[in-house]
Amino acid sequence: MDVIIESLPQYWDGFLRTLFLAVVSGIIALIFGTLLAAARVSPIAALRGFSMAYVEIVRNTPLTIAFFFAAVVLPRLGVTFQQFEVAAIIALSAYTSAFIAEAVRSGVNSVPIGQAEAARSIGMKFSQVLSLIILPQALRTVIPPLINILIALVKNSSVAGAFYVLELFGYGKQLANEHGDAVMSVLIGVAFFYLLITVPLGYLATVVERKVAIAR
Amino acid sequence: MTTQVPGDALVSLNAVNKHYGQLHVLKDINLNVRKGEVVVVIGPSGSGKSTLCRAINRLETIDDGVIKIDGKELPAEGKELAKLRADVGMVFQSFNLFAHKTILENVTLGPIKVKGVAKAEADKDAMALLERVGVGHQAPKLPAQLSGGQQQRVAIARALAMKPKVMLFDEPTSALDPEMINEVLDVMIQLAKEGMTMIVVTHEMGFARKAADRVVFMADGQIVEDATPEEFFTNPKSSRAKDFLSKLLTH
Repeated sequence: MDVIIESLPQYWDGFLRTLFLAVVSGIIALIFGTLLAAARVSPIAALRGFSMAYVEIVRNTPLTIAFFFAAVVLPRLGVTFQQFEVAAIIALSAYTSAFIAEAVRSGVNSVPIGQAEAARSIGMKFSQVLSLIILPQALRTVIPPLINILIALVKNSSVAGAFYVLELFGYGKQLANEHGDAVMSVLIGVAFFYLLITVPLGYLATVVERKVAIAR
Repeated sequence: MTTQVPGDALVSLNAVNKHYGQLHVLKDINLNVRKGEVVVVIGPSGSGKSTLCRAINRLETIDDGVIKIDGKELPAEGKELAKLRADVGMVFQSFNLFAHKTILENVTLGPIKVKGVAKAEADKDAMALLERVGVGHQAPKLPAQLSGGQQQRVAIARALAMKPKVMLFDEPTSALDPEMINEVLDVMIQLAKEGMTMIVVTHEMGFARKAADRVVFMADGQIVEDATPEEFFTNPKSSRAKDFLSKLLTH
C-alpha cells in the first residue's frame, strides 16, 4: 500500500485530469445530446434524419474508434491540437452525446401529448413548445439514466490514457510499470479515485431527482 | 337545418372530411358559428364530435374541405398557424395544465411568450382572470395540488388570457367528479352570458338547455341535427337523436 501513499501526487494529478475530462465532455455532451434529441422530434425531416443517423452510428461503434478519429484522423485532415486532451474531449463528448440523445428522447416521449397540445393551442411555435414545456419536463424524468450515462463517461475517459493523456488510468499504467511488484496496490489506488467521482454522482442523482420531481 | 349567411360566420366549416385509415370520422361537415353564439355539440361516443372540435384549431388535420376562423382559412403549419391558434382558446377534457409551472405561470406563459406582454401586466391580468374563475388564492401552487374542478377552471383562465375570439371546449367536465362539474359549468355559463363565442362538446344536457343557442347532434361522423335546444330536446326529428335522447332519460 506504500506505493499509493508514495504516488499520491501522480494520483492527484490524474484524478484532476479525469475530473476535467469528465466535466467538460459531460457539459458538451448534455448540450449536444439535447440538441440531437430536439432534432429527432422536429418537424424538419432532414434534422430528424441527421439525428437518427448520428445516434445509430456513434452509439453502435466502440469508443476506441471515436478516439482514433479524434486523435489520428482529424489531425490528418488538418485539424490539429496542441494537447491530446482536446482530442479526448472531442471523442468523449461526441460518443456520450449519442446516449444522452436517446435518454432525452425517451423523456420527451414520456411527457403526455396533452402538454404539447395545450402549448400549441395557446399559440406557441414548435421551438417554444419544446423549450418551455416539453424539455423541462422531459429532462426531469430522465435524471437517473442521464447520471448513469455520466458515470459511464467518467469510466470511459480512461480510454484517453491509451492516447497519451495522463489521466488516472494513464498514471495507473505508468505506476504499474514502475512498481512491477505492487501492481495490485496501484490498481486499487486507481479504482479508489474513480469511485471518488462516480459514487457521489450516484448520490447526486437521488438528490436531484427528488428535488425536481413533478407531481402529476 | 338552419341556414345561415356564411360571410357572417366567425367559425365556418365547409365540406370537411377526415379519415382515420378506413374509418370515416368526419363526413362532409358543414357548420357555421356566428360571433357570440354558443353551439353545443352532442352525440354518442365515437360520433366524431371531439375530432370536429380539435380540427377547428388544427390539432387534427383534415383530408379535405375548408375551415375558416374569422374569414381566414386555417394555415397548414408554422408561424401563421401558431398565430391563428392564439385567437382560438381550447379547453381539454384532461385539463393539460403545464405540470411544471405554477397556476399563475400557466396563465401568464401564453401572453408573455406568444404576445410579448410585459410580465407585470400579464401577472395582473392573470390574477384578475383567476379571481374571476374563483381560484385566485391558488396562484402560487402547482397544478397537481388542485382538484380537477379547480384545474379545469385554471385551464379556462389560461385560454381566456390570450383574449381569444372563440373558445373550444372538448368535453370539459367528462374527467371530473360529479360534485365538481357544476363549478366548471357555472364559469362556462357566465362566459356564455358575457357574449363569448363558444363551441362546446359535452354530455351535459343541462348546460345545453341553459346556455346553448344551438344544439348540433352528431352521429357516425355526420351532423344529423342542428336546432335550438328547445326544438332539439322536445321534438327531435331524426330517429338517431330520438334514440340517443331516450337512452339519456332512462336513468
